[in-house]
Amino acid sequence: MRVTFTVNGDPVTAEDTWPGESLLYVLRERLGLPGSKNACEQGECGSCTVYLDGVTACSCMVAAGQCQGREVRTVEGLTGDQETGAERRLGTVQEAFAEAGAVQCGFCTPGLLVQADDLISRTVGAGQAAPDDPEIREALAGNLCRCTGYEKIIDAVRLAAQREQVLANATGGADSEPDKGGERE
Amino acid sequence: MEFLSPGTLEEALAAKSAHPEAVPIMGGTDVMVELNFDLHRPSALLDLSRVSELAECGTDGPHVRLGAGASYTSVIERLGGRAPALAQAARTVASPQIRNRGTVGGNLGGASPAGDAHPPLLATGAVIELASERGVRRVAAREFYFGPRRTARQDDELITAVLLPEPAGPQHFSKIGTRNAMVIAVASFCLAFDAAIRTVGTGIGSAGPTPLRAAEAEEFLAAELDWEGRRPLSGAAVRRFGELVASAAQPIDDVRGSAGYRRHALAVMARRTLGWAMAEYQKGETRCA
Repeated sequence: MRVTFTVNGDPVTAEDTWPGESLLYVLRERLGLPGSKNACEQGECGSCTVYLDGVTACSCMVAAGQCQGREVRTVEGLTGDQETGAERRLGTVQEAFAEAGAVQCGFCTPGLLVQADDLISRTVGAGQAAPDDPEIREALAGNLCRCTGYEKIIDAVRLAAQREQVLANATGGADSEPDKGGERE
Repeated sequence: MEFLSPGTLEEALAAKSAHPEAVPIMGGTDVMVELNFDLHRPSALLDLSRVSELAECGTDGPHVRLGAGASYTSVIERLGGRAPALAQAARTVASPQIRNRGTVGGNLGGASPAGDAHPPLLATGAVIELASERGVRRVAAREFYFGPRRTARQDDELITAVLLPEPAGPQHFSKIGTRNAMVIAVASFCLAFDAAIRTVGTGIGSAGPTPLRAAEAEEFLAAELDWEGRRPLSGAAVRRFGELVASAAQPIDDVRGSAGYRRHALAVMARRTLGWAMAEYQKGETRCA
């Protein structure tokens, strides 16, 4: 079957998909987006985490046929604003992972980045306090890393949350700016 | 393999009636594992993720009516006060990514004895709503589970909703596994007091061919409880309750644990949940958990 949906803002069409194949397979093998990693294929490891209609999901557990018309955002879509035409920059969470040394073999990293990005946007991004350690651990409980022992990953998420908080405070009057205010709705 | 993608409940029921062998898929957290590992190749998938009626949550008389397609995340966000035991169980499901996709309807459709939603549904006297082109019927959770992966659902029926009674006393859920997240229960237990009619409900998970009740334990505790004075239970009564729960289980030895361990864990969880429930009951709280 043909499946048309949006990935990182761009409309895409995958031809000749078998409806039971996973969104992960479609992304990696049909659309050339290998950022989302394929490890367990049963939702245990979180390496294939993507946003599906704004909510994080393991892309290995979404059937291709279910994606018709949906909006998907992958780790490739976390890079800084691509609309500006400026050089592609890393997003806040990606920068923080690199700086904190939260990456070793890198296999689990894309899933962790998406899940951490979601945590920060649901907390700091929604005008709430930065997540504390138990919240970070809970948010990342479905992402397995066999290299790092997680400490540096948690450092990285803390760092990213702090930076987003600083940014939010700097644009503190955001609520009075109509465009920013609208974004928060 | 056919892929059926109805947009409304009416269309979904028509599709299920025309293709009774079609496997319903919502969050995909069970179905996709089977497809990815080639364990099962159904002739048709019936995608219910576009049927908005199934994701609704509202009230129906004295019940909360939870759509079968509502995610565990939405159960946690919306039902903490109105269905505390189910919300507690929902918090223990897998990981955030899985809770965003997995549904109570999927738990019921798969009917794995280890499903986290089952013990709360049994303990609180929930009712399952089944619909087909022939009509809608309601089956008590206590009469829903027939055997491993076998339920009261007929081939042409879809699970459309769960009806959850308004809580009338403390409700507590407990689950044991090797870590906090991403765990299929080795055993789980739910206890619910109904102070209005002075009964106790129980639900045992992952320790039998189906989710089970501990009927003898329920009767014992309902008789033993000082409903009016709310005096603490004797240590002997608490222990006896644990024993009766453990003896109601029908566990087997498997990769996740031995039958003996499961019985032991159930006795511990029964005593623990009873402790939490009594503490809450003595404070006079009946709603929050």
